[in-house]
Amino acid sequence: MSYPTDRKYTKEHEWITADGKIGITNHAQDSLGDIVFVELPKVGAEVTAGKTFGTVESVKAVSDLYAPASGKVTEINGALATAPEQVNKDAHGTWMVKIAITNPAELNGLLSAVDYEKFVSEEAGH
Amino acid sequence: MFPRARLSAAPVSPPTIRKTALNAVHRQMGAKMVDFNGWDMPVEYPASIGCGIVNEHMAVRTSVGIFDVSHMGDIRLAGPGALAAVQHISMNDASKLALNQAQYSALLYPQGTFVDDVIVHRLGEDEYLLVINAGTREKDFNWVRENTRQFDCKVEHLSDEFTQIAIQGPKAVNLLQKLTNADLSAVKFYWVTHGSLCGLKNVLMGRTGYTAEDGFEIYIPSNDETSAHVWYAILDAGKEYGVVPCGLGARNTLRLEGKLPLYGHEISDTINVWEAGLDRFCKMEKPEFIGKAELEKAREQGLKRTLIGLEMIDRGIARDGYKILDLGGNEIGYVTSGSPAPFLKKNIALAYVPPQQSEIGNIVQVEIRGQGVKAKVVPTPFYKRPKKS
Repeated sequence: MSYPTDRKYTKEHEWITADGKIGITNHAQDSLGDIVFVELPKVGAEVTAGKTFGTVESVKAVSDLYAPASGKVTEINGALATAPEQVNKDAHGTWMVKIAITNPAELNGLLSAVDYEKFVSEEAGH
Repeated sequence: MFPRARLSAAPVSPPTIRKTALNAVHRQMGAKMVDFNGWDMPVEYPASIGCGIVNEHMAVRTSVGIFDVSHMGDIRLAGPGALAAVQHISMNDASKLALNQAQYSALLYPQGTFVDDVIVHRLGEDEYLLVINAGTREKDFNWVRENTRQFDCKVEHLSDEFTQIAIQGPKAVNLLQKLTNADLSAVKFYWVTHGSLCGLKNVLMGRTGYTAEDGFEIYIPSNDETSAHVWYAILDAGKEYGVVPCGLGARNTLRLEGKLPLYGHEISDTINVWEAGLDRFCKMEKPEFIGKAELEKAREQGLKRTLIGLEMIDRGIARDGYKILDLGGNEIGYVTSGSPAPFLKKNIALAYVPPQQSEIGNIVQVEIRGQGVKAKVVPTPFYKRPKKS
């Protein structure tokens, strides 16, 4: 699959757009299976690049969400409280939190769509 | 605490991992594989073929699903002393078994705790088949052999000889009937029969399972070709019922809804029969069996902890190993198995708590990532299959 080029990616399978929307990749939702629970920080919380900011749970397992960049949470996707499966249906179109990015230069260190796709196929041993 | 999974690709299996005869089939079908007690097993099949844990679970509850359970073990005891041997090591009363009848039981240590749980099948005048857990195959076989030496019977480890496929759900009998000449309508729950199946003769088929649904478990020769042939024949015959292949993920959520114990969780070598609530399978009126004396003592002393069912009231999912707290925040027990329940659409758990906290309706807390999340004690099993009219 080709990953949208309007955003950057992390090796933890999160994505972030230039305007601070954060979600998980299609590869992540496929690996997780049916997502049943998403736990997100409150509006106003600070998130730190590389540190956990919430969890996403499938039937079988709990997975940490890692912040791709640092900033303050300005909005959370409330629909995920009642319809977490939306992430499975459309991982790239479903943002989880919006942050005000403290330092936009942090995004330069993240993976491009092409690099992320390469990373995923290498991880799978193709 | 239990480590949390990172969102990354499945690790490569170590070279010593064991595989069932259907391993290549599962991989061909695109199943997500997992190391289960040293076995490379499917945890779920892909969404692209209509699977995934939730769909697989629902298929078993509403129609039919099939499972490769060949990793389970099989021990045969045969000979004039076979019944006496089984009576000595098993807590249930095997003398009540008619030919072709089966019963749930357990092998106990002298302390009255569990070596393993087991289904005992009477296959002949003096022939019994014990079907045991995958993770305890060697331990169980050694235990059975060591503790039956004094009886005139042969003890054989047949685990590698069988591919075992479970066909489970309200339509399981319809599906299987298409493939065999045996009259399955005559086979009651927890009875077995033999018949031809997919060109194989004398196949053992038991009306047993681990899903809290009607269904069968069939035992066929474990060579790869035969196993694949039968697996695909079952999927083909089941198309009209919407059959899906099911993995260990759905196997776990199905058995949890039915409050069926899992070794290492609800039962173990440190938990006794009374604590686990398996009294009705333990026949203390038998003159003797391993564990009876200690169980008598334990019964007199009373329960220190008991297995309960929990339903989450506040937002959160209780998971295996999470602590149980009382409303004051004091640790009082732990979760043995916890998960979302796809059919019930609730988050449920089994847990050990002191008897004083075990009343239906009692509110406790589950510690989830450092926070106490409320749950209530509910009757179990959480799910019972509807009676056929």
